[in-house]
Amino acid sequence: MSHWIILPVILPAILAPFIVLAARYHITIQRVFSVAGVLAQIVLTAGLAWHVSDGTVLLYQLGDWAAPFGIVVVGDRLSTLMVLLTSVLALFVLLYAIGSKWDERGRHFHALYQFQLMGIMGAFLTGDLFNLFVFFEVLLIASYGLMIHAGGDARLRAGVQYVLYNLVGSTLFLFALGAIYAEAGTLNMADLAQRAQLISEEATVGIRIAAVLLILVFMIKAAVVPLHFWLPSSYAEAPAPVAALFAIMTKVGAYAIIRVYTMVFPPDLEVTSGLHDVWLLPAALISIAVGTIGILAAKKLDRLVAFAVIGSMGMVMTAIAMFTPEGIAAALYYMVHSTLAAAALFLIVDLVRDSRADLRLTPQPPVAGAAMTAGLFFTAAIAMTGLPPLSGFLGKLLILNAGFDTAGTVWIWSFVLIGSLIGIVGFGRAGSVLFWKSKSLLPEDGDETEDTDRPAAPSVLSYAAVGGLLTMLVLHTVFAGQIIGYTNTIAAQLFAPDTYITTVIETPGKLSDKPAEEN
Amino acid sequence: MEFLVASAIGALTAGGIYLLLRLRTFPVILGISLLTYAVNVFLFASGRLTIGASPILIKGVETYADPLPQALVLTAIVISFGMTAVVVMIALGAFLGSSDDHVDDLPEEDPRAEDAK
Repeated sequence: MSHWIILPVILPAILAPFIVLAARYHITIQRVFSVAGVLAQIVLTAGLAWHVSDGTVLLYQLGDWAAPFGIVVVGDRLSTLMVLLTSVLALFVLLYAIGSKWDERGRHFHALYQFQLMGIMGAFLTGDLFNLFVFFEVLLIASYGLMIHAGGDARLRAGVQYVLYNLVGSTLFLFALGAIYAEAGTLNMADLAQRAQLISEEATVGIRIAAVLLILVFMIKAAVVPLHFWLPSSYAEAPAPVAALFAIMTKVGAYAIIRVYTMVFPPDLEVTSGLHDVWLLPAALISIAVGTIGILAAKKLDRLVAFAVIGSMGMVMTAIAMFTPEGIAAALYYMVHSTLAAAALFLIVDLVRDSRADLRLTPQPPVAGAAMTAGLFFTAAIAMTGLPPLSGFLGKLLILNAGFDTAGTVWIWSFVLIGSLIGIVGFGRAGSVLFWKSKSLLPEDGDETEDTDRPAAPSVLSYAAVGGLLTMLVLHTVFAGQIIGYTNTIAAQLFAPDTYITTVIETPGKLSDKPAEEN
Repeated sequence: MEFLVASAIGALTAGGIYLLLRLRTFPVILGISLLTYAVNVFLFASGRLTIGASPILIKGVETYADPLPQALVLTAIVISFGMTAVVVMIALGAFLGSSDDHVDDLPEEDPRAEDAK
């Protein structure tokens, strides 16, 4: 049994209290440890991803208790891909937070950041539904702190909404878990997958309710219409690096849907047929519509990006809702892309915010470092809206291709294509108002006082962080062939979960049916 | 007994949802507390209801209480307790900052917002 798989959770769990207790008043030491921790995470998660790329399933039994009784941490291709994505995203966002001095505007930024990472990593790696709930709470409670970092009335109000909405979501999650436990008598995902097959078709009421409640919880996390109302104000009001890190949190919901609804309640399972496989697709398509119309209707740049996140989550969920290997593979490719693109856009919003009176989409004097910022915005907007040549275009092609021979082809194609067009118009309008029309407001002769009033351009490190995210997007495009090949193998593993289930159930430990091996 | 527990959960949930829809922070937080109580009882009942049964295996005893839901409820209670404390602090901060305890966004440039000041 390898201990490496638990380390992505343990490392931030140790680092965060250390930062609080030992480096409380020394921002430099906090920064050094935080960055070092995230770098170590990248090495660790890359190692894990490489280790499971041949199809092995890593299992770690906490306290050596055998699976249905003890808690297990499981690493397969999907979960290791997600933890790798999280740690790479975390590095660039952290660099931005340091470069833009966001971490100095309130206390305990780095400690909360590490706790947040711990929750996200745990949610991706756990093999137990109740444990998933606990890690959701860990990442949520850290996110409450990060969300209101640096304070301010508007931010606190948005924070109240965000916290209350998520508390209701947590309560719903507990109802779902109680219903599942009452019906199946287990909360271990692999064990549940086996027992769900055994439920007789006469007594399906309980498990159907449980399956619907559970997907509602994950849809809240993934911000699928009609459960998306928490997202626009919280993402718009959160500090920029926090909003950028939150880009992975919607993907936690998408990941949970993929995991539970391919393995535990697969689409061909009789007892839950006619539920999520029927109405998840319409909800996802309406999310695309709401997101893109929101892009067009937004009056402020931060809201615009928040609605772009809803639109891209709709795109991801459309691909997931097909519940075919091609659909899941396309969804995973698009998920990596949309995480990086959304994070980059939130950071660019902050670059713009620093030197403008507000983020309203009205012509104002050009921002400091306008040319550079405009270039970055242009690139990130191309990626987000899915124009060639960046990975958004490839991702949407994959989704369209996966939806080609399904029952809802007409709907999928029209929503994705028309939605993309509206998104392009919205981003085009925002970019031209922000960066182009501002040129006409330049004072005719170089006014000295005007120049001294203008804030300094953002630091090099901020630009480097955003540039790093965009570079990752370019790499995601250049190596698209290999990555799509890999997401195809992930989807194949998800639709043949026998290895996962037997690894979890049959690995010996305390209380298992078979005696533990001598070692 | 099943009817009593089920109707208690139902009443708590109904009250919780009603208060949740009041859209001012104090009733909403109370509503969430009621919902948490409802879910705690619900989780507890998910291991089947037994009276006077022990959760520990003893020779010669036939009926047991399921110990796992009890552990789950304990975790849920601790988490919801901490979360309620956090949301009270944040809501208090938001109320003191803006003298307004509405949970939803007021429309921009709303005359009501001017009157409130």
